[in-house]
Amino acid sequence: METGKIKSKDLKMGLANQVVFANTLEELAETNKDILVVTSDSRGSGKLVPFGQKYPDQIVEVGIAEQNLVGVAAGLASAGKKPFAVSPACFITARSLEQIKNDVAYSDNPAVMVGISAGVSYGALGTTHHSLHDFAVLRAINNISIIAPADNYETEQAVRYAADSNKPVYIRLGKKPMPSLKEDDLNFEFGKGRKITEGKDLVFIASGETVYPAWLAAKELEDRHGIKATVVSMHTIKPLDTDLLDSLAEYGAPIITVEEHMVNGGLGEACASHLMQKGHRNAFVMVGIPDEYTVTGSQVEIFNYYGISKEGLYSLGKEMLL
Amino acid sequence: MTDKELQLKSVHLRKNILKYIYMAKAGHTGGSLSCVDILNVLYNRVLNVDPHEFRKPDRDRYIQSKGHSVEALFVTLADRGFFPEADLETLCQHESHYIGHPTKKVNGIEQNTGALGHGLSIGVGEAIAAKLDGKTHRIYTLLGDGELPEGSNWEAFLSAAHYKLDNLYAILDYNKQQITGNNEEVMSLDSVRDKLESFGWAVKEVDGHNLIALEEALNKGPLVAGKPSFIIAHTVKGKGVSYMEGNIKWHHGVPTAEQYQLAMSELQEAEALI
Ligand SMILES: Cc1ncc(C[n+]2csc(CCOP(=O)(O)OP(=O)(O)O)c2C)c(N)n1
Ligand SMILES: [Mg+2]
Repeated sequence: METGKIKSKDLKMGLANQVVFANTLEELAETNKDILVVTSDSRGSGKLVPFGQKYPDQIVEVGIAEQNLVGVAAGLASAGKKPFAVSPACFITARSLEQIKNDVAYSDNPAVMVGISAGVSYGALGTTHHSLHDFAVLRAINNISIIAPADNYETEQAVRYAADSNKPVYIRLGKKPMPSLKEDDLNFEFGKGRKITEGKDLVFIASGETVYPAWLAAKELEDRHGIKATVVSMHTIKPLDTDLLDSLAEYGAPIITVEEHMVNGGLGEACASHLMQKGHRNAFVMVGIPDEYTVTGSQVEIFNYYGISKEGLYSLGKEMLL
Repeated sequence: MTDKELQLKSVHLRKNILKYIYMAKAGHTGGSLSCVDILNVLYNRVLNVDPHEFRKPDRDRYIQSKGHSVEALFVTLADRGFFPEADLETLCQHESHYIGHPTKKVNGIEQNTGALGHGLSIGVGEAIAAKLDGKTHRIYTLLGDGELPEGSNWEAFLSAAHYKLDNLYAILDYNKQQITGNNEEVMSLDSVRDKLESFGWAVKEVDGHNLIALEEALNKGPLVAGKPSFIIAHTVKGKGVSYMEGNIKWHHGVPTAEQYQLAMSELQEAEALI
C-alpha cells in the first residue's frame, strides 16, 4: 500500500545513538542490578562516565585489552549477569573476534557486545579505527544477532531488547546525532525491518546512520520527480527480515542497499543472496564502501566520496529509473 | 648537532605538534608531548635512517606502537627531512595521507599502527629476520603504558626473550595515564620493571625528558647481550605546557585560540632558558 507523501518538514535532530544507548542502560541498570558494563578504557567514548559514577558496582574496567573484555563478559554472562561489553566497533569485532565466536556465541553465553563509533565514524583516524568488516564477520558466526539502529528510538529499543535477551547480541552504534526518522509509528520489532516511507517505484534498504541519507534522497526523488520510494531501516542485519525482502521484491522496482560497511559480506550481500535464491530478479545495486584503500577524511567526506549521501543516492535512484 | 641544539629542537617539535593539531582541530596532544623527546633523540642521535632513501634494507627500524601520538612522529620526520613540513598543513584533511595514525603512505613510516598492541610483535618479526639475515641494524618500538594490558604485548615479550633478540628495543612512554585516568585506576601495571625482568628482558629506567639520559640508554647497544632491551622512560603526559601536564583531558584535547597562544608563549619562554 502506498501511503503517500514523505513528511515535508526536515526531521527533528536528536542525540547520537551511542548517547541514547548509555542513557537507556543507565535507566535499566537502576532496577536490574545484574546489568554490568564492561569497558576497555572506553567509558568516555561510550558516554558511560555518568553510568560509572552512578553505579560504580555495575562497571567492570579491564584496561586496554579487548580480548579480555569479551572473555570477561562471557564469564559474567555465564554466571548469570547481564554484561554489556562496550568498545569501539573496530576493536571489539576484530581484536576479540575469537572470544565472540567461541566464548560468547559457541558457548552460548548471552553477553551483549556494543560496538561504538562504528563504520567510519572515526573519520580521519583511518582504517585501524574503521569497522567495515563487522557485519561480514559476525554474519559468519552462528548464534549471535546483529543490530544496527538508525535513530534514537531504534537504539533505545535495541538496548531494551538486548537487556532482555538470553542470546548473544551485537549492537552497532555511531556517534553522530541522528534525527528521529518516524515519529508517528513507533513499532520496533527485533528481526523486522522498519518501513520509514512507502512507495513502489524504488526501494532503499539501509541500516544505521545511512538510513537518514537514504530518507533524504527519497524525499528529493519525490519532490523533484514524483518518484515514490520505500525506505527501510533494516536495523536487524541478522537474522535478516526475509519476509519483508520478499514483499519488497514483489514491487518489481529497483532495490538499492545502503550501508556503512564494505560491500563484501554486508547488508547488501545478505539481501542479494536471499533475493537471488528466491528467484527475484529486481534491478539491484549495493552502495557501501568498496574493496579498496579507503579514502581519508571525515565520515561525511568518506560518505560523499562513495555516494552514501543524499546527492549520491538521489542520483543513483534517478539513474535507475529515468 | 650540539646537545643545546638538540634541546632547542625538542621545543621546536613541541611547538609544531601544537601548531598542526591546532590547525587540524584534531590530534592526540598529551601523548605526543609525552613522547616527543624520545623521538627527537631517536631520529637525531640514534637511528640510522636516510630520509632520501628511506627503504634501504639495513636501516634501523622505528615502529610506533602507540600510533595515536602520530603528530610527534610527523613533526619529527618533517624536521629530519622525510617530507616538507608544509605537507602537515593537510593533517586530517580529505584525501591527505597525513591522518590521525601512522601509515606507510608517508615517507619514513614503517608500519600502519593505531590499533594498540601490534607494534612489538611486528618488531619481533623484524628482529628475527635481521638475525636470520646476519644483519646488525636495530629495531625500536614505542609502547604506551595504557597499551601494555593488550595481551599481544606479553606474547611478544615472551617471544623476544625466547629468541634472545638483543637487536630489539622496546621503549615505554611511562606517563602513568591513559584515556579514562591514571593507569593505577584503570589497570595497574605495578611493577612493570619486575614483570619485564621476569619475562627475560634487560630493563633500564630513565627520565624520558632528559635527552642525554635517553641517548645513553638507547645508543649503547643492548643493555645486556643476548636479551631484548626494555627502556622505561618516565614521562609526563602533556609535557611542556603547564596546563596540559598530567591532565587527562588533553589526551586528545585541542587547544582553543587562547590556550594555543598561552602554550606557545610558555614554549617560547622555555626556549629562551636553554
Ligand atoms: C586496540 C585499541 N584499543 C583502544 C584504542 C583507543 N585508544 C587510543 S589511545 C588510548 C589510550 C592509550 O593510552 P597510552 O597507551 O597510555 O597512551 P599515552 O598515554 O601515551 O597517550 C586508547 C584506549 C586503540 N587505539 N587501540
Ligand atoms: Mg600513557
